Amino acid sequence: MSAATNKFTVGPGDWRRILSPTGNPGDAVFRVSMTAIAFFVVAIVIGMVLILGADSMLSIRQFGWGFLTGRQWNPIRGEFGALPFIYGTVMSSLIALLISVPFSLGIAIFLVEQAPHYLAKPVGFVVELLAAIPSVVYGVWGIFVLAPFLRVHIEPRLATLFGWTPFFQGQITGIGLLTGGIILAIMVTPIISAVVRDVLTAVPGSQREAALALGATKWEMIRVVLVNGAPGIAGAVILGLGRALGETMAVTMVIGNRPEISLSLFAPSYTIASAIANEFTEATDNLYLSALVELGLILFLVTFIVNGLARILVWNVTRKSGGLTRTA
Amino acid sequence: MPLPKRSLQSIVLICLLTFVVAFVACNNGGSSSGSPSVSLQGAGATFPNPLYQKWLSEYGKLHPNVKIDYQSIGSGGGIKQIQAQTVDFGASDTPMKDDDLKGAPGAILHIPTVLGAVVITYNLPALGQPLNFSPDVIADIFLGKITKWNDPRITADNKGTNLPTTEITVVHRSDGSGTSAVFTDYLSKVSSEWKEKVGTGTSPSWPIGIGGKGNEGVTGQVKNTPNTIGYVELAYATQNKLPVAKVKNANGNFIEPSIDAVTAAAAASAGNTPDDLRVSITNAQGAQVYPISSYTYLLIYKEQKDAAKGKALVDYVWWGIHDGESYAKDLLYAPLPADIVKRAEGKINSINSGGKPLR
Repeated sequence: MSAATNKFTVGPGDWRRILSPTGNPGDAVFRVSMTAIAFFVVAIVIGMVLILGADSMLSIRQFGWGFLTGRQWNPIRGEFGALPFIYGTVMSSLIALLISVPFSLGIAIFLVEQAPHYLAKPVGFVVELLAAIPSVVYGVWGIFVLAPFLRVHIEPRLATLFGWTPFFQGQITGIGLLTGGIILAIMVTPIISAVVRDVLTAVPGSQREAALALGATKWEMIRVVLVNGAPGIAGAVILGLGRALGETMAVTMVIGNRPEISLSLFAPSYTIASAIANEFTEATDNLYLSALVELGLILFLVTFIVNGLARILVWNVTRKSGGLTRTA
Repeated sequence: MPLPKRSLQSIVLICLLTFVVAFVACNNGGSSSGSPSVSLQGAGATFPNPLYQKWLSEYGKLHPNVKIDYQSIGSGGGIKQIQAQTVDFGASDTPMKDDDLKGAPGAILHIPTVLGAVVITYNLPALGQPLNFSPDVIADIFLGKITKWNDPRITADNKGTNLPTTEITVVHRSDGSGTSAVFTDYLSKVSSEWKEKVGTGTSPSWPIGIGGKGNEGVTGQVKNTPNTIGYVELAYATQNKLPVAKVKNANGNFIEPSIDAVTAAAAASAGNTPDDLRVSITNAQGAQVYPISSYTYLLIYKEQKDAAKGKALVDYVWWGIHDGESYAKDLLYAPLPADIVKRAEGKINSINSGGKPLR
């Protein structure tokens, strides 16, 4: 047997070769340390789930599955139910996506397909700059600029136009689910548009040339590109959703922090992350603390699932059309 | 991309230098003075934090060998940490409950330091004078039973004021807070319905309204939204020049919140303050008393394990309730009345280490 084939057969005595195929000890050190670092991250994630699970045992035992469907949140009486928080988290994120996805697609299409080079770079830079603004700054801007603007200019108009639906009824304060969703939309737009831009860039130029050669207009050509990049775009949207689900400070400042399920977008609502941030410092008794930790566990699992879905979608894209290497 | 060797060397050099500088700096901080130094850790209430930080800097100038840190993590955290003995002193806006005291490994003393008040603020443009509120009206507004500004029960207390026909928007704290605890304690005393439906606590389940995070969150929403009503700390309202309502006290007088009216509340209730000084002074009797007032406390173990640390702590707290009180008014806290200082002295004198008094 030659040494070359030996390298790839793994037997019980071959751990040395696995560590360092070249026989150089530096190789082994490098490999071991990199593996350790990689597994350290995995260990942190597992550790977090375990600790969250262990610390929420008290609340899980007390409320069982009822925690997920309970609507009461009353620390004084020791009644805890997570449904209003789950509803607020999911709804505010969905509103964010409804607003943000068309914007993000528009930005990405403009940057990749239409903008001249001298414009594409600075505009792309400004969009990415949005992602670097701390969320508390978004929150303050939300209270002092966005909420009054919505209260005076947007929400009364929505109420007159769509007041007959249950979604735009009730008192107009500028603070509530809609404002929370809009703040989130602004925050996730740079993430989604950056990833979609990369997806679109990765669609092979031959697709565009083929479409144009068949007599397609520019708009028809862009549709071909969008269809090609669709799974990657879906992945981008889900990454944005993951960000929106976990956002805390900016949402807390404008959503109204009221654990109540109301169909109206004007009504105040509450998200899981906001509830934890608001109540953790003063949660003294054990059941209260445990209920907050269980909220954290729920949020962790939701984000975990969402991110997993995003990965799978992005993998699908790269596998199917080979050329897409820059996604996510 | 491989880094050029020169830049790699300079990066390593910079890292090394940073470590050396940090190391030297830390070492200096610890043992600059020759005398044996004591370091104390405290944690708890956020409300008195500006005053406590002032105390620490002033006391540090007088006693450079004593190093005290205070983390304002919230009253709940302060109680947890003193129970777990991870800090040398805790701080809380509300006195510890009997169950919490039993859960602690030793007897915990409550030393009042200063007083604060919760004030009612509102946003009604073009209103000349401060609004007057009766206690039951405040409770019913926050219960959602009074919904319009021109409700006859509000106008009855504000004759001659032109109140709008608009709906009232209630703003409350969304974060767990001693401010909410004091406010709900007051409402529970003046309204049996509030006591039954909501109760007293740092994070009550509010019947109506929108939640703002912190004093600044409530202020932001009240300032920016017309027809709102909310509650914040007195100091915060004064600094931000918010409109503040007069509240009818137990004697039937409408009192504007002020430092003197808050100290008056403590003085008026000194007679029925229990021996351990754990007391709620909301809705106190007295002509000039502002009714939504409260103490803030330091929480200290009666038995100190370490005599040197205990001595430093006792000296510091003694200084705080005597010389330290002079900084209170500038920072908009109400100083303790003389009787309560006397009684707090007794508490401090009872702190001991292994049976030996530390003062």
